[in-house]
Amino acid sequence: MIPRLGALTQDTLWCFSQVKGTIEIGATEADIISTVEFNHTGELLATGDKGGRVVIFQREQESKNQVHRRGEYNVYSTFQSHEPEFDYLKSLEIEEKINKIRWLPQQNAAYFLLSTNDKTVKLWKVSERDKRPEGYNLKDEEGRLRDPATITTLRVPVLRPMDLMVEATPRRVFANAHTYHINSISVNSDYETYMSADDLRINLWNFEITNQSFNIVDIKPANMEELTEVITAAEFHPHHCNTFVYSSSKGTIRLCDMRASALCDRHTKFFEEPEDPSNRSFFSEIISSISDVKFSHSGRYIMTRDYLTVKVWDLNMENRPIETYQVHDYLRSKLCSLYENDCIFDKFECVWNGSDSVIMTGSYNNFFRMFDRNTKRDVTLEASRENSKPRAILKPRKVCVGGKRRKDEISVDSLDFSKKILHTAWHPSENIIAVAATNNLYIFQDKVN
Amino acid sequence: MSAEVPEGASAEEQKEMEDKVTSPEKAEEAKLKARYPHLGQKPGGSDFLRKRLQKGQKYFDSGDYNMAKAKMKNKQLPTAAPDKTEVTGDHIPTPQDLPQRKPSLVTSKLAG
Repeated sequence: MIPRLGALTQDTLWCFSQVKGTIEIGATEADIISTVEFNHTGELLATGDKGGRVVIFQREQESKNQVHRRGEYNVYSTFQSHEPEFDYLKSLEIEEKINKIRWLPQQNAAYFLLSTNDKTVKLWKVSERDKRPEGYNLKDEEGRLRDPATITTLRVPVLRPMDLMVEATPRRVFANAHTYHINSISVNSDYETYMSADDLRINLWNFEITNQSFNIVDIKPANMEELTEVITAAEFHPHHCNTFVYSSSKGTIRLCDMRASALCDRHTKFFEEPEDPSNRSFFSEIISSISDVKFSHSGRYIMTRDYLTVKVWDLNMENRPIETYQVHDYLRSKLCSLYENDCIFDKFECVWNGSDSVIMTGSYNNFFRMFDRNTKRDVTLEASRENSKPRAILKPRKVCVGGKRRKDEISVDSLDFSKKILHTAWHPSENIIAVAATNNLYIFQDKVN
Repeated sequence: MSAEVPEGASAEEQKEMEDKVTSPEKAEEAKLKARYPHLGQKPGGSDFLRKRLQKGQKYFDSGDYNMAKAKMKNKQLPTAAPDKTEVTGDHIPTPQDLPQRKPSLVTSKLAG
């Protein structure tokens, strides 16, 4: 089947495909999904949760008989990536929650991914075993040792097929390099290095070396009383292995070039949108804090997410974004209560589709939003069990902002702020999306004609 | 004399009144300041950031514990109320008070 890239000139119709997880009320906190990521081919989909577990789904081969059904994702492997720890020196507990998963490009039969909690990054190898050796001389079929005196002939062990077994093994553990909490990891396009970023520092690692890393950004002030901003996200350029960006809690993005100096404290480019000082309020800085930054696949643009908007920036223009999309501007009149219940600090992520023509991000009430950069149209969809009939088309949702509420609309006051969609992922080349709604993972696909 | 708009209101006051009408954000700010008058002068500044950097609960501090033990000698250390879930503040926790942190032994329900 020819992969379909991005949105076409007509609006894409999205359909329910699958949902993973249970419906129970009051699900345990460990089940809350904390990260979702497709691998580079889209064949695998990984999730991490608050309980430190990783679940990998694999897309099944499309059957020739069922041309109208696109391949579904089934469980491929699951393992405990991180466990809760206790830092005795600082009297601090270290959460096992998986903050980010990033896949390495596939170079042999095995799959590799990086997963990280607040303090430690791990490289996991996921490999298949479908043959096992049989016919040992010194061991019998159950593995018990045979008495050599009883052996009269020798045979050569042979590999026989067995039921497929998928094993996950930790190959590297990159620990003790971060004083503060890791918020991002990013694999470099050289496939040899990667970076990990915490609130104040960014470190560069070589995949082969676990006991050393280079510090490439350090924004910790000599006097912590002077601290004004923290690093919120960081990512390597998709093609230029010397370039990376990091975003801050003040709504700015810095682009750095590692060829310029070993310590990239001085940025090469500084992206900031000028603010109208008369519009400034107590909330201004908090809602301008960038929760996610992502390069486009082309490497020409970066997208940032702050509390109320998604912005697209052209790397060649630092003084303002080229596009700004309102995610849920109606929340502006709710900022006081959102501050009181801490929702104003929620960190939403954002993603590009494969062709960089559509961007997607989550909101509350299990709503998520898509913006078509070409047609300038947007849509609000909902991840809910009510719309979970196979291939059911998702109906666009609308929030009513006061005045008369139409039948299908929902008013701002009825939104459920505990149902937040923070993590979503878009297949690298097809219109398949994965949406994490608390403890459930929804997979949607565009309508197949 | 009209009581609604004081005559001769300064341009600044007029703008403030306009802001409250036109800017929902400023209205929300006023609401917040009304509820928490002592809210930091530097919003989103050091206090808020430092709190963010210190995420992670404080539990057993062996220094405090041993100092307190030394001071009190043979006396009993004050124990936590049985319903307390968070062990912080003036109370000095003992190893028995700490909730056990166990790793997830259960497989994720996504894989079910």
